Parts: sequence; structure tokens; C-alpha cells
Amino acid sequence: MSGTITTLSDASFDEHVKSSDIPVLVDFWAEWCGPCKMIAPVLEEIATEQAGKLNIAKLNIDDNLDITRRFDVMSIPTLILFKDGEPAARIVGAKGKGQLLQELAAHL
Amino acid sequence: MEPPHQWEYRRRVGQVTEARQVVIVGSGPAGLTAAIYASRAQLSPLVIEGEPSSTSDQPGGQLMLTTEVENFPGFVNGIMGPELMQVFREQAARFGTDYVTAKVTRVDLSARPFGLWVGDPEATEPSYRADALIVATGARSLMLNLPSEERLLGYGVSTCATCDGFFFRERDIAVVGGGDSALEEALFLTRFADSVTVIHRRDRLRASKVMQQRAFAHPKISFRWNTVVEDVLGESKVSGVTLRDVVTDEVSTLEIAGLFVAIGHEPNTSLFKGQLDLEDNGYVRTFDGTRTNVEGVFACGDVQDHEYRQAVTAAGSGCMAAIGAERWIEEQTGGI
Repeated sequence: MSGTITTLSDASFDEHVKSSDIPVLVDFWAEWCGPCKMIAPVLEEIATEQAGKLNIAKLNIDDNLDITRRFDVMSIPTLILFKDGEPAARIVGAKGKGQLLQELAAHL
Repeated sequence: MEPPHQWEYRRRVGQVTEARQVVIVGSGPAGLTAAIYASRAQLSPLVIEGEPSSTSDQPGGQLMLTTEVENFPGFVNGIMGPELMQVFREQAARFGTDYVTAKVTRVDLSARPFGLWVGDPEATEPSYRADALIVATGARSLMLNLPSEERLLGYGVSTCATCDGFFFRERDIAVVGGGDSALEEALFLTRFADSVTVIHRRDRLRASKVMQQRAFAHPKISFRWNTVVEDVLGESKVSGVTLRDVVTDEVSTLEIAGLFVAIGHEPNTSLFKGQLDLEDNGYVRTFDGTRTNVEGVFACGDVQDHEYRQAVTAAGSGCMAAIGAERWIEEQTGGI
């Protein structure tokens, strides 16, 4: 299975995150956020490499304020790792691939 | 299919040192202008551009966190900072510059060719060797260095107004600092916030006159003079700051939901400590243009400039560094 990134919305968020058998990493982002754009290719690489072990999804905060507020996102990019539908880890700010994988490793 | 990028290839085959005529560390206006000149001189430069972050320590440098750049010549109506850096990057690529999206973790300037490591700094062999090295690592924003500031980073404390301003719609917020960056952030944040308080430790601003006029005229912006931030308040997110008046010593609380820090910069020189001569303030010491005390190592941009710190001066010194490196390489190889 190749790694793909799912686009989530306020409407689809709960079902997607709760129904996943494997952890889901959600990228809270927006079009106008430079550092968000910079980590997008990094997340694509991770999605491919970790396919089957980790799902990656993205949520555009401009269009999906409910979920953004529910998780008190106040800075983007924010990455939240959900395990069994519950937030298990949170990474605020853009990071390089090595550091991202390192921070995620403890939770996967 | 495109051939693999050289550095990816290197990673796959293992630890093989790649030799280059010119390596440029840093990818702001200085590093990328040096790359444009060095690639046009057919020195096939490699730019080690840094890694993504939400601070200015990222590919493209400080301009990646700014909005409109109005003072870069050639753009009558201004240009967005990230867009400007994208154009710089493409222009250098057009003449054959290669990029590595990584951070340099160690340098060895004791012998030529110079050694540069990315990834594991303990590796016996460097990742790259360079006949000439151009240091363009820039400067990074200073933080207040309060434990509460670090704890609340991302929860109301921000290093990136363009990223986070959105979250402070109809809220009261504050910007710390008195320079152009502070006022630019304050003005940008008025798009979202109900009020922006500029907290400055002196009784006058260091910012340019045009920025001062705009800030003073803005109905949402007010000033707290002679004031420093003693603490950031809030359990899970910012609720306010403790302020101290440096003249009267009076302590007060300001209720805010967001704090943006723009109090100045320090040069990114830790990689070079003990190997390059630094000024007392930590900036790389340069002479005869962009030469450093180590022959073959040139420094340009904010890493060696605490005086002007403009995109255009950084670009100018990047050009000088590349020409300096080109001439120096010619001398070494006996060219005329």
C-alpha cells in the first residue's frame, strides 16, 4: 500500500480518526502558513515510508474551525498524533524529517 | 525518471564524502546570492540550506517569516518574503546550484579542503569537502529566555506572526520589541487582533521612520514605554504578562491572549566557535570585504553584519563572498 495523505474536514474528522486501526497523525495547516508548506513534502515522505503503520491526514484550519478549536490549536503547523481516537502526542512548529521521526518514535 | 539527488544517492551508498569547489552554508539572501554568482562562475556550488522550522532558522532564512518586503529594489509594489526567497532559489538553481535540505552539524576548518558534516557529527569522514567555504548562516530571533515563555510556545507565545496571527482574532495581544520587525509584526497582527500593545524597554523606537509613522497612526496599536516583560502568565495558554517599568520599578499585569517576541537577533555562529575569529558580540569577523581569518572561508550576510541587516545588504555581501571565493580558487590553482 502506498502512503497517501487523507484530507479531513470538521465533518469527517471523528469518523476517520476513531475508525483507524493504526495511529493517525493530523497536520493542522493553512494555505498562508510558510512553515506548513515546508513540512508538506516531509509528511508525504513519511506517509510513504510508514504506510501500514501510520496514517497521515491534514486538516485545513481556515475551513474547519470546529476541530481546530476543539484541540486548542493556536499555532501552525501543529501535528497531533491520535491513537485509538485519542490525542497521544503533539508537535508544534515545523521540524525537519529526522526530528519529526524521532519525536514520533516514542509513540509508534 | 529524474536521477536521484546527489545527497540522496550519497545516503544510499553509505558514507562517501562528496568533494565540491564551493559549499555555501545558509540559504537566505546572502547564501543564495553567493550561489547565483558562484554557479554562474561555473563553480557548481552546493548550498546546505537548513531544515524546516517555525523560527528564522530554516531554508530561506528570516524573510520566510515576513510578509510584504517593500524595500528590496526591483519590486515596485513589494513582494512577499517567502516568494522573494523562492525566486532567489530558482535563480541560483537555473545556473546549476545544488541544494541539500539539511543542517550542518560540524565543520573542520583546520585543513583544506574543509570538512562539513550533516547528520551524525561523530562520523569519522565528513559528508562534504569544500575547497572554499561561504558562511551565510544568518542570525536568529532572540527570545526572552523565560521558562514560562518556553512552556507556552505554541500556546499563545509565538515566533511567527504570519503563522499564528489568525488564532488571535478579536483578542488582545502584545508584541515585545522596538525595531522594524516588532512594528511589522504589530501592524500585521492588527488584521486579526482587537488591540496590539507594543512593549518596549526604551522610551523611543529603533524602527525606521516610515514604520513608526504607520504604527503611531494605527488605532489598534498602543505603546508601553520603558517596560520589560518579567513573566508570561497562563497554565495551558497565555492569559497575560507581568510587566515592570524600568524607570519606576512598578510592576503590573497586562491581560493578553498572545505574545509575539521581536527583540533582536543573534548570529548563528556556534558551529564555527574556536575555528573562526568572532567579534565580541559573536558575529563573524570579516576584513577585505568578506574574508575571515581562515584563508578560503568567506562570510556574508547577517552572520557578519550587526549594523545594516537588510536583505539587500545581505545579497550584496553574498555577491562579494562568491567573487572573493572565485578569485581565491583561481589563485590556488595557478589561474591568471
